[in-house]
Amino acid sequence: MFRNQYDSDVTVWSPQGRLHQVEYAMEAVNLGSATVGLKSNSHAVIIALKRASSELSAYQKKIINIDDHIGITISGLTADARILSRYMRTECLNYKYSHDTYMPMNRLITTLGNKMQVCTQRYDRRPYGVGLLVAGFDDKGSHIYQTCPSANFYDCKAMSIGSRSQSARTYLEKHLDQLLNSSLEELIKHGLRALRDTLPPEIDLSTKNVSIGFVGKERQFKILEEEEIAPYLGLIEGEERRGQGADKAPGPLREDQGEAPRDPQAATATEAADRMDTD
Amino acid sequence: MSSIGTGYDLSASQFSPDGRVFQVEYAMKAVENSGTVIGLKGSDGIVLAAEKLILSKLHEPSTNQRIFNIDQHIGMAFSGLIADARQIVQIARREAAEYRQQYRLSIPLKYLNDRVSMYMHAYTLYSAIRPYGCSVILSGYENGEPVMYTIDPSGVSYGNLGCATGKAKQSAKTEIEKLKLSQMPCRELVKEAAKIIYLVHDELKDKNFELELSWVCKDSNGHHQRVPENVYQEAEKAAKQAMEADSESDNEDM
Amino acid sequence: MFSAPPFWQNGPAPGSFYDFPNMQPQVQPNDFRQHTQSPVTTSTSLVAVTYDKGIIIAGDLLASYGSLARYRNCPRIVKVNNNIILGSSGDYADFQYVQNFIEQKVISDECLDDGITLKPKSLYCWLTRILYNRRSKMDPLWNNFIVAGIQDGEPFLGTVDKQGTAYSDKIICTGYGAHIATPMLRDALDNKPQLTQAEARAQVERCMEVLYYRDARSFPKYQLGIIDADQGVSIEGPLQVAQNWSVAHSIKGY
Repeated sequence: MFRNQYDSDVTVWSPQGRLHQVEYAMEAVNLGSATVGLKSNSHAVIIALKRASSELSAYQKKIINIDDHIGITISGLTADARILSRYMRTECLNYKYSHDTYMPMNRLITTLGNKMQVCTQRYDRRPYGVGLLVAGFDDKGSHIYQTCPSANFYDCKAMSIGSRSQSARTYLEKHLDQLLNSSLEELIKHGLRALRDTLPPEIDLSTKNVSIGFVGKERQFKILEEEEIAPYLGLIEGEERRGQGADKAPGPLREDQGEAPRDPQAATATEAADRMDTD
Repeated sequence: MSSIGTGYDLSASQFSPDGRVFQVEYAMKAVENSGTVIGLKGSDGIVLAAEKLILSKLHEPSTNQRIFNIDQHIGMAFSGLIADARQIVQIARREAAEYRQQYRLSIPLKYLNDRVSMYMHAYTLYSAIRPYGCSVILSGYENGEPVMYTIDPSGVSYGNLGCATGKAKQSAKTEIEKLKLSQMPCRELVKEAAKIIYLVHDELKDKNFELELSWVCKDSNGHHQRVPENVYQEAEKAAKQAMEADSESDNEDM
Repeated sequence: MFSAPPFWQNGPAPGSFYDFPNMQPQVQPNDFRQHTQSPVTTSTSLVAVTYDKGIIIAGDLLASYGSLARYRNCPRIVKVNNNIILGSSGDYADFQYVQNFIEQKVISDECLDDGITLKPKSLYCWLTRILYNRRSKMDPLWNNFIVAGIQDGEPFLGTVDKQGTAYSDKIICTGYGAHIATPMLRDALDNKPQLTQAEARAQVERCMEVLYYRDARSFPKYQLGIIDADQGVSIEGPLQVAQNWSVAHSIKGY
């Protein structure tokens, strides 16, 4: 890693019109383990790969319940995700309290985006170092949203974030046209296959390291853990594995960044290791 | 920009020795990295058009639209960072709502423009915050008169007859200047706007894009809204035909 | 209450010689003020009844100043959006105050352009929160609102009063009508639980007539709002109460 003159604060624009601090925060998302979100007409599913920080510790939770109709899965700094999830829960509760109905997904995500943006513009803040996949079902049907530390968010047909998630995205793109009319079971199968593609060959999905969350029409958000997952893992067992996790660059910061212009880079190495917990 | 890298370009609250505020200029760079947006003022209203670049097949087509409603009669299009722009949208909407609360009238665009540009300008004054990385175009229709303004990250605003920001703003401006805007009704302008966006789109650098079109005019009852589906289809078809005609004539030249 | 400054820092103030030094002086609340004890310009009954596919609601156009029939063209049945009608009795200014908020809410929804509109049950819930909150501050909005709407194809009729008491029912009447019209409509519904629109209308018109005879604050000019699952919202008026005073001469002794 190298540093340049313009990457010390979120308040500094580089001569090329980039915000390096924000782009670095985007990298935090790639440090977390992979997670996949996908949807059909009737359901939205999120599937996450859990990590344990040591032999003795439990697997870190990756899927968080927000409301009856919304759940999220996270990749990046867990602590940051908890702040965001608390905010989302509060927003949903307040909306339900005052309007007697579930908060529409797009409105929740928009307010979340505006909250996150503030941290990309002030000297006394840093961007949230976490990416979310938000699964939900509202009057407008099922949704998968992706949010980034840059405060961008995307309404997705399917998406994967986290380390080595490019292979999952490749899988999802390939099977995109099958998703829309899938049953819940097929959807989970697609999600598991996509997630498995991010794994190195020596690791496989197990009931220990996978969480599944889903929500649908008149079906509250539910998280499956441990033994509840076994039947689904059984469905894709023995299938040939693809992908094998070639990692690619993270999602771009700008909503339309093609080839981003480069800034001059001074050759000062920094410590790359991150001491904050990422999952 | 000879003073780049001399250390006078790291804060919005600092002038360089030659009297420039580089941070603001850099913020404008962010605007220029983004898809093109144009606004055209015709005889009976205003048309906004945006080139929305598509990043991934996995995204829904409707995601991250670049044209917003501010109030019933006011629209906003932007180029630059979308997260920043949404913040501007939010404060503009709040201004419009507060004005209505106070006066029981919809906010005059001139006043809204003043307020929003003052707000954006305030972000160019302090080292603790950075300037907004977006330019916005405000369009409105008041008492039968179309009005349009653009605001830059510096907080400077202009009233416009036609305007363009984003990647291809130069070539878009050249195209706009060819039009006799004041004599054209919105129905015509929609097609011209679509043509310009298709024309300035750089196929080599950015593969896919989605055209966004909105208007605020007599036909829309003075409301700002996305153009109706049939008008959109017509405009897109006209743009595509123009592009084909263009490339054929290019071939003939060769 | 005015209190003179202390003679020296932390010392006694005039009139409080016997305070111990360094004691915080007792802060006394000085913002005693009386909140609204009664409404000012008031409107009277509303009558609303559910029929098979919708709801009919009626209310006269009078705003009284005490017992003075002061303003004779004050509409208080309004369309909120394509599936909600709001009616109010009680203080007319408070109604207008709340109405402004609701109008802005609807405009803000439109601006978001996400196809999500305010639902009747949401507005009913929202009003309940607002009114209960104000009554908890001992400063109530002096209204009795009726929300009539169509949600998920079904008619919804709900009411909130100034104490924040809220309930929904097939028949709701406010003001003097709560005493006079409710029993009449209950009778009608006991005889035939599912009215048609025409039957419901006849019942409401009958109530308006009786209320005009019986309620000294009523007025023969009224509005009639209909919200129907198929036909949407319509608000008719001013309509005239059918009157028949031929028996009046036989009533003696009052």
